[in-house]
Amino acid sequence: MQQPEAPTSADPIAPSDEAGIAAAVAAAGLAQEPLLVMGNGSKIGMLRPVQAARSLSTRNLTGITHYSPEELVITARAGTPLADIEAALSERGQHVIAEPPDLSALFGTNAPQTIGGIAATNLSGPRRVAWGAMRDHILGMRVVTGWGEVIHSGGRVLKNVTGLDLCKLLAGSHGTLGVITEVTLKVLPAPETIGTVVLPGLDAVAGVAAISAALGSPYSVSGAAWLPARAAARVPALAAFGAPVALVRIEDFAASVRYRTHRLRDDLRYDATILDDATSRTVWRAVRDVVPHGATDAGAVWRVSVRPSAGPSVLREVIDGIGATGYLDWGGGLVWIAAPATAPAHAAVAAAARAAGGTWTLMRAPEPLRAGIQVVPPEPEALARITRRVKAALDPRAILNPGRMYAGI
Amino acid sequence: MIRQPEPKADILARRDAIVAALRALLPQDAVIAEPLRLKPYETDGLAAYRQVPLAVALPDSTEQVAAIMRYCHAEGVRVVPRGAGTSLSGGALPMADAVVIGMMRMNSILDINYADRFAVVQAGVTNLGITGAVQERGFFYAPDPSSQLACMIGGNVSMNSGGAHCLKYGVTANNLLGLKIVTVEGDVLQIGGAHLDAAGYDWLGLLTGSEGQLALVTEVTVRILRATEGTRAMLAAFGSNEVAGACVASIIASGIIPVALEFMDRPAIHACEAFAHAGYPLDAEAMLIIEVEGSDAEQDELLTRIRTICEQHSPLSLKVSRSAEESLAIWKGRKGAFGAIGRISPDYLCMDGVIPTSRLPEVLRRIGEMSREYDLQVANIFHAGDGNLHPLIMFDANDPDSFHRAEQFGADVLKLCVEVGGCLTGEHGVGVEKRELMPVQFAPHELIQQRRIKAAFDPGWLLNANKVFPLDERAAA
Repeated sequence: MQQPEAPTSADPIAPSDEAGIAAAVAAAGLAQEPLLVMGNGSKIGMLRPVQAARSLSTRNLTGITHYSPEELVITARAGTPLADIEAALSERGQHVIAEPPDLSALFGTNAPQTIGGIAATNLSGPRRVAWGAMRDHILGMRVVTGWGEVIHSGGRVLKNVTGLDLCKLLAGSHGTLGVITEVTLKVLPAPETIGTVVLPGLDAVAGVAAISAALGSPYSVSGAAWLPARAAARVPALAAFGAPVALVRIEDFAASVRYRTHRLRDDLRYDATILDDATSRTVWRAVRDVVPHGATDAGAVWRVSVRPSAGPSVLREVIDGIGATGYLDWGGGLVWIAAPATAPAHAAVAAAARAAGGTWTLMRAPEPLRAGIQVVPPEPEALARITRRVKAALDPRAILNPGRMYAGI
Repeated sequence: MIRQPEPKADILARRDAIVAALRALLPQDAVIAEPLRLKPYETDGLAAYRQVPLAVALPDSTEQVAAIMRYCHAEGVRVVPRGAGTSLSGGALPMADAVVIGMMRMNSILDINYADRFAVVQAGVTNLGITGAVQERGFFYAPDPSSQLACMIGGNVSMNSGGAHCLKYGVTANNLLGLKIVTVEGDVLQIGGAHLDAAGYDWLGLLTGSEGQLALVTEVTVRILRATEGTRAMLAAFGSNEVAGACVASIIASGIIPVALEFMDRPAIHACEAFAHAGYPLDAEAMLIIEVEGSDAEQDELLTRIRTICEQHSPLSLKVSRSAEESLAIWKGRKGAFGAIGRISPDYLCMDGVIPTSRLPEVLRRIGEMSREYDLQVANIFHAGDGNLHPLIMFDANDPDSFHRAEQFGADVLKLCVEVGGCLTGEHGVGVEKRELMPVQFAPHELIQQRRIKAAFDPGWLLNANKVFPLDERAAA
């Protein structure tokens, strides 16, 4: 496991039930002592470091509490490892729709990521481009607010517009607004078969044009990525191409996958290669888990989100400007960037994202850099004012992960 | 009957000055204050409730909305945003001391980008108008509420509207990329954009479905999707709700995600058949419409699989469409359901609860019991894939007792939905209709927490203040 940043995160308060979490938050509130909020800490290297003397972990809140396959709903306590949830779903032929990435290689940790941590970071994999983000499938949550109270939002049904959608607010809030104690997800049948159309030899602009055409086709594409030759070389099944590759994924019943991958090959380019099910699974897991930027690379890693057609220019800018490497997922719209961990490199990434009308998230960097820069884009003052008031509404004593996303919040 | 909050006497007294100030801010014809011309704005799709507003403003730009809000904020004037006024929960019901901000003049499509698969539209563009603008290229905007011909995207965002195809394509929240909003102070903010998953807090997700409590939506960036090669429907009739429910569970368990899975009970079948002559099976207790997508061969394959599953549940009849025309005929009755019920009873309440799908037979049985107790007819239409139940409760508006019983009946149905593990509303919103039922689903401290979020955006409670939260509990926030 990567060395934790805060002094006591290796030995956190880790209650075994929700009441214990609430009591710990209430006590921290009374003492006005900030808490580093975490699950297993597998993504603790993201964003800004939290200055807190103590840590609070949900890792002992484990177990699937409800699973109704025919209703497409599963509920688990926040500390349940994702792998346990995936295993339970797999037994009934279902899966987690947003395909959350396993970033343990990126962060150099083997701590199993928890469902609470995934909800709190709202990280989604390649399927995001077609089937929505993690937050789109969070049907309900139980949360301990900074007031030390347990609240629920949403529920265990697939449609729910009753009251404000605090699940969306909490998802991706990185533990700054509440401690998530339980998560209910919509799940779907896992596809019978996966197929991939590989278009080798296209540069980023031509590659994104091709995968964009695929996403605009009637064939229900569920993944679309472009990897430069160097990134492809890191993925065994793709290394043999010795060239940049554009990848298009189809997931469905076997006959449909066969039909649609062939149609796409005919429509896009006659010399495209079609990867079989097993190879496709390996390739998309590598794209999902950022294998092209593994732990062996020194330096910082960013995720930049822009409109898909702007992905190639963002990548070109940081390659030329700061010697970065990178690749494109989400049809070109998600730009993974690795570069030296310096303030000027960060400024260049932020400038490229801003110029393309998109946003950035600093995923990995040494603590001194993370502490001194804007790890996500700053908000305009009128919005920042609302942010401060919402933070105060949920965490009045500012004890939950202070400073994790924005300095002073 | 649902009460209205007490109007602010000082605002009512300053009505002429407020109207004059709005007229100074907006084009000549954009402020309505004459009683006769205010009349059309007194209600929405929940027509049992009426309240003439203080005035109506019809801005045609985000800047004008911002100017109205700066003025109203400075003067402490409440506002009620309004799209097409199709809300079934009273989401656009005015208040006597409020200015209605109608978005119907903001009806331009600002950008369509097929390569990046998004469209930017003003809040007053209709839901179907978006699909209409992109369908020549084979694209569509996915959420399809029944009112899609009239309802506006700004209202869809406010209510997080759904439709019949949510199981596969999701609701409004799952199909948005960005919003332009005007805050209560009159600041203009861009939330998100043309890209996925903006970093920072998910304001886009929180604003969607917030029923006008947090800000006004003036522009929306939506995802547009390429349609599949085709769709086809089939119809399956069963001798009981239990069997039809079990069939739904078997279809889901088989790994098929139908693009639509609609359930109608006996009264709904009879009403729709009498109205549309769609060839529905009148001997059935329950009927499913199941729709699949793909190429002709893919449709054949999926429909064959589903047919096999249905046959294991002793159907009374099965009808698999062989063409687009036959599919249309199958859908014809369902799509005309509101008109069909309207023919039996000019007045009805369209309820909108959600239940865990496995509880359907039990819930329908108890609704049947309530129907007898309240002596009111009910027909049930159900998005079976996602558990969204729409009981249509028929009453006589000329008989106050009948209306009162219908409201009680509806409230009991929604309480039942919560009791079995569901929720009060799946796509229509809380509005005024379900405001007082919120404590059924939320504990007092949970409602206080939601109100704190509301107050973080709108400290003076000027935005759509008569909706969502129970009237008597507000002081606590």
